[in-house]
Amino acid sequence: MVLEMTNIRKHFGDLEVLKDIELKVDNGEVVSIIGPSGSGKSTLLRCATFLERIDGGEIKYLDKTAASTKDNTVVYAGKKQLKEIKKSFGLVFQQFNLFPHYSVLKNVMDAPVSVLGRNKDEVEKEARELLDKMGLRDKADSYPCELSGGQQQRVAIARALAMKPDILFFDEPTSALDPELTLEVLRIIKQLAEEKMTMVIVTHEMSFARAVSNRVIFMDGGYIVEQGDPEEVFGNPKQERTKQFLKNYEG
Amino acid sequence: MTFSTMLLTMGEGMLLTILLFALTLIGSMPLGMVVMFMEKSRIKPIAWLTKVYIAIMRGTPLMLQLLVWRFGPYYLFGISIGSAKLPALLIGFILNYAAYFAEIYRSGMDSMPVGQYEAAGILGYTKIQTFFKIILPQVIKRVLPSVTNEVITLVKDTSLASVLAYAEVFSIAKQISASQTSFIPFVIAGVFYFVANFIVAFIMERIEKSMQYYK
Repeated sequence: MVLEMTNIRKHFGDLEVLKDIELKVDNGEVVSIIGPSGSGKSTLLRCATFLERIDGGEIKYLDKTAASTKDNTVVYAGKKQLKEIKKSFGLVFQQFNLFPHYSVLKNVMDAPVSVLGRNKDEVEKEARELLDKMGLRDKADSYPCELSGGQQQRVAIARALAMKPDILFFDEPTSALDPELTLEVLRIIKQLAEEKMTMVIVTHEMSFARAVSNRVIFMDGGYIVEQGDPEEVFGNPKQERTKQFLKNYEG
Repeated sequence: MTFSTMLLTMGEGMLLTILLFALTLIGSMPLGMVVMFMEKSRIKPIAWLTKVYIAIMRGTPLMLQLLVWRFGPYYLFGISIGSAKLPALLIGFILNYAAYFAEIYRSGMDSMPVGQYEAAGILGYTKIQTFFKIILPQVIKRVLPSVTNEVITLVKDTSLASVLAYAEVFSIAKQISASQTSFIPFVIAGVFYFVANFIVAFIMERIEKSMQYYK
């Protein structure tokens, strides 16, 4: 298991956003999380990536415990261990969050060099290969403000991949993009799936989720309502709530 | 008094004005950063005291503050600090301008999207790396126009040092004008401030341009 989240609880004030969620992701698996806004899917990703602290449950990456609960209090691992665990995942944001003052190449290169302390020339070679793969070979020296949204998101994916994570999270990666630009980003994610990159994707792109994932999770109201093989969940949903939700998308 | 002697005498005042201006900037710009962090401190008493300090600095005239630093030690505590005026002036100017710079920096920090911190955090940057590599360069770009305004105000505010009879260009202009019954020293002083600010604006614009390569 790359990621094991069990009994995850999270609330903002009185609002319970995650109610006893379990999310386990195997090596090479591509998991899509779908569901209406406010269902807790983004919060789940933010908890998985420590951007939000959980209020209950356990998070493990590759058998290393990041957070656990004893006597109703959540204990996170020490700073050093968390830093180590953080190396095992990457996150691609809805709003890209590139560093605007760095060139495309530097956006991709900087963290491997200044966080992992790796050799600059070696990292540059890899970064250029990654940009090549993203179809951005000639954009290495551009700045994010000179790129389209789709190009920016592909840089963000390259930046995350440059850290060589064991698992990559996508938080609605195409929600800020035009339909046309959405396709170029989805194509890249699909390519990564074919290369057996372990991924968890929160998305509203139903046909994409169906095509690319090994497993689809439907969330609503802080619960996982239904999950399974994409053909099953989309083609023959068991729960009434899932049927309703998917119907709205077809309509 | 000929025009050239007048200019020469005032030239010494100009040097003292520039000295006061430069030392105030060197002291207050970094100190403003410290004040900004104190204001944002999670330790409540520090944040609160810093807010009081800023409120006083902004809420009272700088001229009054200069008088307090010059004469306060004697009247309040009976301590004589000698006749040197520059220390009192520097304390007054630096503490006052640090408060203004702190507020400018804070507005820049607050305008940074939280996504920049989150992206840096996910990639594993430490807090210090995040601040110096990711946040600070962008904050500098954002606050530069406000900083330019503040620096230009400082050029003119140095004339407040005349309240302590510090021999900067404004004090000297007043003296010569009175003794020679001439208006010319004021014209010279006016031209000096104008040219000084022209140079400041020119330099700041160059710096702003150098950061225009990104949005």
